[in-house]
Amino acid sequence: MIRLNNLQKLFQTRDGQVTAVDNVNLTIEKGEIFGVIGYSGAGKSTLIRMLNMLERPTSGQVEIEERDMGDLSKSELRLARQGIGMIFQHFNLLWSRTVKDNIAFPLEIAGVSKKKRNERVEELIKLVGLEGRGGSYPSQLSGGQKQRVGIARALANNPDVLLCDEATSALDPKTTDSILDLLVDINEKLGLTIVLITHEMHVIRKICHRVAVMEQGQVVEEGDVLNVFSRPREEMTKEFVKQVTEPEETEQALAHLFGEEGISRVLQLTFTGSDAKKHVITDVIRNFNVNVNILQGKISTTQNGSYGSLFIGLDGETEEMDRAIAFVKEQQVEVEVIHSD
Amino acid sequence: MIDQIFPNVNWVRLWDATLETIYMSAVSVFFTFILGIALGLVLFLTAKGNLWQNAAVNGVTAGFVNLFRSIPFIILLVLLIPFTNALIGTMLGPSAALPALIFGAAPFYARMVEIALREVDKGVIEASRSMGATQSQIIFKVLLPESMPALISGITVTAIALISYTAMAGVIGAGGLGDFAYREGFQRYNDDVTLAATIAILIVVFIVQIIGDRLTRVLDKR
Ligand SMILES: Nc1ncnc2c1ncn2[C@@H]1O[C@H](COP(=O)(O)OP(=O)(O)O)[C@@H](O)[C@H]1O
Ligand SMILES: [Mg+2]
Repeated sequence: MIRLNNLQKLFQTRDGQVTAVDNVNLTIEKGEIFGVIGYSGAGKSTLIRMLNMLERPTSGQVEIEERDMGDLSKSELRLARQGIGMIFQHFNLLWSRTVKDNIAFPLEIAGVSKKKRNERVEELIKLVGLEGRGGSYPSQLSGGQKQRVGIARALANNPDVLLCDEATSALDPKTTDSILDLLVDINEKLGLTIVLITHEMHVIRKICHRVAVMEQGQVVEEGDVLNVFSRPREEMTKEFVKQVTEPEETEQALAHLFGEEGISRVLQLTFTGSDAKKHVITDVIRNFNVNVNILQGKISTTQNGSYGSLFIGLDGETEEMDRAIAFVKEQQVEVEVIHSD
Repeated sequence: MIDQIFPNVNWVRLWDATLETIYMSAVSVFFTFILGIALGLVLFLTAKGNLWQNAAVNGVTAGFVNLFRSIPFIILLVLLIPFTNALIGTMLGPSAALPALIFGAAPFYARMVEIALREVDKGVIEASRSMGATQSQIIFKVLLPESMPALISGITVTAIALISYTAMAGVIGAGGLGDFAYREGFQRYNDDVTLAATIAILIVVFIVQIIGDRLTRVLDKR
């Protein structure tokens, strides 16, 4: 378990003091994939770098398995770091070493014998799917392959925790998905805790169990991915959720419709797994004197279940529509009126 | 045929002079490489934001490097005579020039080393720290191997400068091709001897350049 207590990091710069991480409290359970999302400059990298003390906190504690990382001596910290793998946006491989030697590097650091190193490297190459590329140099690999080397290297010393700093941000969407699949695979096979930071909600949706949303150094919202997706509270979170549920065209297309067809109200309903069994729409049509138009629907899956979002248009007497909306809200379905004339 | 172009050249003495030049260059290149890398590492590591950040050490080292770089080689050669005497015990022979060659070239090379080290990706150093590497592992397994092509091309340039410095070593009786060309060619009005010595030194320079370029290319996997 990883526990962050009142974690704070201040930087002194020429332009004055910058609060990169502001009083963050988080608990990350063993074996979960925990995501931190935020825009550039939110303090995500600083936060993740404090987990292995690449950055020293100005105040507060980082506890990993009940051990305060800030209290460790230099040699204890080096040993602890061997149990925490890290991968990076720009891979950070040694270009002067082959794939095999890059993966062997952390083993050399840990003082593993040459014979054991070779065995372990072979295992890791298989684990990340780089068979036959062991003798290549990083410059001969694609971005996705480089990140696989990064992952193999991070896993070499059998860590309990894997830190990912924007690990897929330099990759195209397809490669991103294959790396994310690999991370889920590793999480399930090896049971290690993964902490990842990203600015892409897609990454959170696809692999994280829990998520924290960061803004200006603070965690503004936190919870199960499914909950955060289906019931985002903060504006910032809603913006991120829109990245995956509601492509920009949808909004434009809907705006277009309101004008031409004169739909008086447009609602966005969000259902999570269990709600989906309710027949809300049928009930609305039966019990209220309104017309319902289904405009668009979509189902997304997360690591803790799926959720759907449905856009419907409502027409009818204003009072009747208000009653219908109130009814839907009573059904514990998230409703957002995104247009009303 | 060759004897017609070079009627006055004593080939045995030319060969001896060439060997002296090669000896002086090879030994001084070796020590310059070691000392230059050590000084370059200190300059790099003590700079702001690096592993051993230390303004005082950095300032003193940089001052020392700049001082020795600014002294003209011929003056350094003479200045170091007492030091050489104490160190080697004799003023004669090619070894006499070694301290001046090394002290002249190492600071020059140290700056190149510093620049080469600065080019090493900060992210790679950070990745090594995240794996729990010690400082010496970072230096010997990351910084030096990752900058090796630049270190080699730098030492090639330095070696060529050193070969031309050896030509001045005759001033303190250290011999070599420069001395040979001056005394047996210029002073005795034997232009053919000067030409032969020049060709010999050019051949040495070319060989060094070719080896250096090859090595740099083989090592560079970027
Ligand atoms: N070494 C540093 N010195 C000064 N300011 C820094 C340093 N590192 C980060 N910052 C500042 O801290 C804030 C958070 O940065 P960062 O953690 O990199 O954000 P993110 O990874 O979310 O983009 C930014 O305002 C950034 O300028
Ligand atoms: Mg960042």
